[in-house]
Amino acid sequence: MKISKTENGSSLCLALEGRLDTNTAPELENTLKNSIDGITELTIDMQSLDYLSSAGLRVLLGAQKTMNKQGQMQVTHVNDTIMEIFEVTGFVDILTIK
Amino acid sequence: MKELTIDATVENIERVTAFIEEQLEPLGCSMKARMQIAIAIDELFGNIAHYAYNPDVGPATVRVEVSGEPLAVLITFIDNGVPYDPLAKEDPNTALSAEEREVGGLGIYMVKKSMDEITYEYRNGQNILKIRKRI
Repeated sequence: MKISKTENGSSLCLALEGRLDTNTAPELENTLKNSIDGITELTIDMQSLDYLSSAGLRVLLGAQKTMNKQGQMQVTHVNDTIMEIFEVTGFVDILTIK
Repeated sequence: MKELTIDATVENIERVTAFIEEQLEPLGCSMKARMQIAIAIDELFGNIAHYAYNPDVGPATVRVEVSGEPLAVLITFIDNGVPYDPLAKEDPNTALSAEEREVGGLGIYMVKKSMDEITYEYRNGQNILKIRKRI
């Protein structure tokens, strides 16, 4: 998975490319850990993300919990496969999907 | 029928996925079904890698069979590790808020929802988990 980071003041956008799974979820977790301090607007762009497994959901949930305390988080450009995962797991109600 | 026996490690998930995708390639499997199968491999082989032989490493066998009318793929995961029935776990409550949510059990739940059939048995010292997906 490739993570492209765009930071603008207190906004941060992480664009994900490839697969967010058992092996790659720790990369996203680390990137978030190192860059989320002081961020009030977090965007996870899934334009080029193929799919995610529960390991990815775990990291998204952690990010959402952090952002609930310090600002807002949105998830953008979600494909059909990923949308169905969010629906089945109830993540549609947890995340702000745009 | 094709089979791959390999060390059950998270690093090998990619090789297992590639092996199964190779079998699916000539079948004209939809992108969505391919993604759902890849997710199932991540969850199920990942489970074996994490729990079957912990803290040691042991082998797992992944078998792929294709059946017709309607066209479906049957994937069997076999390991000789500790008996573990992932289907025994209660489905997670997917209606809770972010603060109340736990992610445990979500993986197998996703697999149950996206596959047409999933069965588990423990026989002759082996965990045998099968998934079937119409493609």
